[in-house]
Amino acid sequence: MEPDKPEDEPVPVAKPTGKVKPPPLSLSKRQALRRKFLRTVLLTGGVLGAALSGYLPMVYARRQRLRPPGALEEKDFLASCIKCGQCVQVCPVQAIKLADLVDGFGVGVPHIDARDQACDFSCDAVQCILACPTGALTYTKPEFLPVRQGTQLAAKPILLAKEKDAEPTLNLKERMGVARLTRPELCLAIKGKGFKGQARGAAFKGRMRYFKVDRWKPIPVAEHPYDVAECDLCVRECPLKGAISIETVYAPDGTQRKSPVVHEPCVGCGVCEMICPTETASIEIVPREVWRT
Amino acid sequence: MNTILKRRFFDQILAMFGREPKKPVQISPPAQEIHLYKRTTNKEKLLAAAAHAEAHMSTSHKWRNRRWAVLIAANLLFVVSFYFDIQILEGALTGSRFVGFHLIDLNSALQVMLAHKHIITNLVIGTATVFVFWLLFGGRSFCSWVCPYHLLAEWAEKVHLFLVRKKLVIDQPIDRRLRTVFWVVFALLAIATGYTVYEAISPTGIVSRALIYGPGLALLWVLAMLVFEVFFVRRAWCRYACPIGLTYGVVGIFSPVRIKYTLEGCFHEGNCRKVCLVPHVLDTVIKGRAVHTEVPIGPDCTRCGLCVDVCPTGSLTFDVKGLSKLL
Repeated sequence: MEPDKPEDEPVPVAKPTGKVKPPPLSLSKRQALRRKFLRTVLLTGGVLGAALSGYLPMVYARRQRLRPPGALEEKDFLASCIKCGQCVQVCPVQAIKLADLVDGFGVGVPHIDARDQACDFSCDAVQCILACPTGALTYTKPEFLPVRQGTQLAAKPILLAKEKDAEPTLNLKERMGVARLTRPELCLAIKGKGFKGQARGAAFKGRMRYFKVDRWKPIPVAEHPYDVAECDLCVRECPLKGAISIETVYAPDGTQRKSPVVHEPCVGCGVCEMICPTETASIEIVPREVWRT
Repeated sequence: MNTILKRRFFDQILAMFGREPKKPVQISPPAQEIHLYKRTTNKEKLLAAAAHAEAHMSTSHKWRNRRWAVLIAANLLFVVSFYFDIQILEGALTGSRFVGFHLIDLNSALQVMLAHKHIITNLVIGTATVFVFWLLFGGRSFCSWVCPYHLLAEWAEKVHLFLVRKKLVIDQPIDRRLRTVFWVVFALLAIATGYTVYEAISPTGIVSRALIYGPGLALLWVLAMLVFEVFFVRRAWCRYACPIGLTYGVVGIFSPVRIKYTLEGCFHEGNCRKVCLVPHVLDTVIKGRAVHTEVPIGPDCTRCGLCVDVCPTGSLTFDVKGLSKLL
């Protein structure tokens, strides 16, 4: 450690204490030690209590959150996320949010609230996966991690915005969830109604890349009003090829009507949920949902 | 390294894990000679000389200012990188990319590895880079030169010390072994729950993310800890709880960057111990305790330089092992 002289002979200055009993402590010193011990217990309890209170809500979590594309299964995702927010930083529409204390499912863990801001793949390349340093978001799952039946996509999804490119697909093998028409009674398409105006009102802050307007720059949804005779916004704005369409469906009593129908290529990005103009979204993403035929 | 300093080297590692420093068993002859001189010198003369040195000392904040500048700059770089999208330092303190190169906080990486039980290449690259960096630059220097909570706690400490001077509060110390216990408990919790439980309360992560991505309610926990530090226990988190500090401390065991104590000119006023975050590493400055004429300060030292600033005799200095030999 030091450029010292090795010839220095160590000289003992204190005799080894051996079996000599230490003198008994004074009352005040004993009390001081006891208080110190109690404070130590207090800090231990406080810190561990806080740590576990941040953990417990996750144990009892009922509601599934929509995770960014390429996320591992929930338990593995929570274990491997290092909470750095690099996925947040690369997202061009800032769809990814980090959880806060009250969200109760891991402070700093990313999720997407599709109704507020969906993932519209305007990065063209699932850049959040590219940014993740720990493999919590990943293109290819390691072999030993489980892949639930129905989460795999039959084929790599084709992104309409780059359909004419040499490589039109997204490097995504599993879905984030599946879109479901959860409130058909509200759906304008089913009612046979049209829609005119800003899809989510003037105050809505969500953005989207309308590739027919600008291939490279997402714009606010509020700046892109619609005027359609029959509402098909979810189909019109779905960024993927063949994930949703308006079909004629037959009710059990034989009557026919129009309805949005979700198809297998749906990855659960949430654009349909964001753009749906009804007060409460008629169509929603069920996070982590598998494809059922 | 002779046997005396080797013994001290290992004693200091134990002190980092929470053992209270003891009187030395052996003292080298040159150091003994100095101790003897100091004992036999006329006490009044010695006190007069000490008072003289202190009176003529210019109160310097050189190292503190440098350190604060580095700490603020590092954290600001994260903030501006995201805010202006200039992509120099992306991410947060738990994991980031410096112009594309992965950097991962050692303690967070450890938590993730224990919880997930699977390691990918990027994680290894980032962790190894940071490991080598802090191995070179002094382990716990991460605490005082980078950690944003350290700066907040330093300001809270000033309030605490003010209240102590006003006799409104007293510092109520805690058992230092607690930090080692926490380290083990959080490691076990990560393994058992499969979740990085510590990250939920890590003030370093919370403050870093709050700076970059905007404040959240998690800051309430940080605030609670700061209040606890102001009114009850001086620097409670950094001294007695933070597992990150211990992780970086272990890295710093073999670090060449450290504070060096020179026995000869020291008057043993103990100013350094009063400002120190980890006074147990400065037990060597107590009169009669130094085992050698020059003693390197142990791995729990955060290399913050407050003692260097406050020392009136220049007995404590920054030192790079081997560098003096090279120059």
